[in-house]
Amino acid sequence: MFFNFMDELRAAGISASLKEHLVLLEALEKDVIRRSPEEFYYLSRATFVKDEGLLDRFDQVFSKVFKGIETSYGTQEEDIPLDWLKAVAEKYLSEEEMEKIKSLGSWEEIMETLKERLEEQKERHEGGSKWIGTGGTSPYGNSGYNPEGVRIGGEGGQKKALKVWDKREFQNLDNTKMLGTRNIKVALRRLRKFAREGAADELDIDQTISGTAKQGWLDIHMRAERHNAVKLLLFLDVGGSMDPFIKLCEELFSAATTEFKNLEFFYFHNCPYEGLWKDNRRRFSERTNTWDVLHKYGHDYKLIFVGDASMSPYEITHPGGSVEHFNEEAGVTWMQRLTNTYPAAAWLNPVPEKQWGYSQSVKIIRELMNDRMYPLTIDGLGDAMKELTRKQG
Amino acid sequence: MRFDGTKDYVVTDDLKVAVNAAVTLRRPLLVKGEPGTGKTVLAYEIAKATGAPLIEWNVKSTTKAHQGLYEYDAVARLRDGQLGDERVHDISNYIRKGKLWEAFTSPELPVLLIDEIDKADIEFPNDLLQELDRMEFHVYETKETIKAAVRPIVIITSNNEKELPDAFLRRCFFHYIKFPDRETMQEIINVHFPDIQAVLVKKAMDIFYDVRDVPGLKKKPSTSELLDWLKLILNEDMPLEVLQSKDSSKAIPPLHGALLKNEQDVMLFERLAFMAKREAR
Repeated sequence: MFFNFMDELRAAGISASLKEHLVLLEALEKDVIRRSPEEFYYLSRATFVKDEGLLDRFDQVFSKVFKGIETSYGTQEEDIPLDWLKAVAEKYLSEEEMEKIKSLGSWEEIMETLKERLEEQKERHEGGSKWIGTGGTSPYGNSGYNPEGVRIGGEGGQKKALKVWDKREFQNLDNTKMLGTRNIKVALRRLRKFAREGAADELDIDQTISGTAKQGWLDIHMRAERHNAVKLLLFLDVGGSMDPFIKLCEELFSAATTEFKNLEFFYFHNCPYEGLWKDNRRRFSERTNTWDVLHKYGHDYKLIFVGDASMSPYEITHPGGSVEHFNEEAGVTWMQRLTNTYPAAAWLNPVPEKQWGYSQSVKIIRELMNDRMYPLTIDGLGDAMKELTRKQG
Repeated sequence: MRFDGTKDYVVTDDLKVAVNAAVTLRRPLLVKGEPGTGKTVLAYEIAKATGAPLIEWNVKSTTKAHQGLYEYDAVARLRDGQLGDERVHDISNYIRKGKLWEAFTSPELPVLLIDEIDKADIEFPNDLLQELDRMEFHVYETKETIKAAVRPIVIITSNNEKELPDAFLRRCFFHYIKFPDRETMQEIINVHFPDIQAVLVKKAMDIFYDVRDVPGLKKKPSTSELLDWLKLILNEDMPLEVLQSKDSSKAIPPLHGALLKNEQDVMLFERLAFMAKREAR
């Protein structure tokens, strides 16, 4: 039972595995819950969902799976097709896992007891006992359990207007939503590469022991502390169409500066050209030549652009296309130079991914970045960090 | 053994199910939630309710997984070796038991709390996979295997500073303590302040939820802050009128230090109060 529930969960991006499925069955076996749909919902939630970002999705799947069942199986008498279950099980289970199930009592046994229990419940229902209820509060409806799932949420006389899972209380925790400083830091932490550099101020016990054993006297070895050695170059788009995203960029920036020791940042407007700047108030007087940036920071720096990439296509493709000054070389040239110098690069776009298709310049930049453009959400940032840590070459 | 909350701790139904599942199947329960929603206290309460001893392992950024199992004090042995101490011949003299060892060998069923697991290094949970799954580990120095006679009840809390690996999560039950709604909050307050005036609580909760609703707060006050604040109000014997005054120019709640923990947030409230005053004129 519940296999289509699992499939649906997986389809929705919740990585439910057989391990969890078995745990759920085991819990049902051991009567962890009182038999009520709410408790079943709570139990399956605690078993399958391991990230509060997925709670909302789980609620939706739960509602979908156990509502769909109602229409097609609600009134039918159904036997649990053991063969079918076994077939599904074999599809999912490896040899070892089958062994493990056997050690728990055979699969058939588990399913058999489960089935018996379900039958029992059905009878109780027919007897009209309290929990299935004659008052119409019973969410199990006519057939109680059936092999594919639980029928939940009858219509007539149902007192509860809204089921727990239909309330969708965890909606605003969803992963694809925007992020705060803390979340950004978590995402950025993926970008870690530990190395020992600098002053040796930590006692290296292993070395000391083997050194002492070799020498016959106490031979102290010191080593440098381990810290994050990732080097990061951050290019931020400012002004104009980026104004609505100031807060988001601020958060990203503050998270990045606390997370990385080797962080350099520069501002640009719309598209990077021959000059970049570090202070927005003096953007015209104190510019850094982009060539200098390219020469100063080595290939091992990882490059992150943050910008909406929304501008007139000419600003990228044509010399003199910039809105602020006359650029002798086109933005394309500069973008190519930057991505060639820094093989590990990503573009973070605060504009929702859905809207990217409407702007031609986004398309161009995306091509220039070899498709390495990510939305500025937790997931997007995670993907970007994955891309940056990928082995280049 | 069924956990239904204690007289000092209010559990919601979903938490109850999660705890009972974890206790019955003896699998770790991973608890997440906003700071101050009672994640750590949960373990204390489970221990209290089941009468089990609590073994606490507070994880820090420097904590290593093997410290929970055991530590081999090589330096002490080295020193003893140099001094010619007799103890040096028995290696087990230099094995320091960790919290997991303690929990596995505890004579009665213990509750093991692994607090703030996300503080440690990213690899930390991975290093504990087998140990928590099979509840046993091997001590290489003395060649013995420590196996739990009874699988302890394991509660793990996380503040979400780091993502936990999938393989680790698969072995746990998970519960996210969401911020309590008004009814639950009322229960929680009743549990902590049984003799408090109902009017006072109502007013205080109005203010509290208003504060939480102010957009742009850096740190929203949580349950533990509300409880501290109420304690303060009771201590100060604050007259009810102060809380009741609907005067918008006093937008900053009295004794706000207990609720607002960030100078920017206090500034925000001052600005709101200032704006309210200007409008009133």
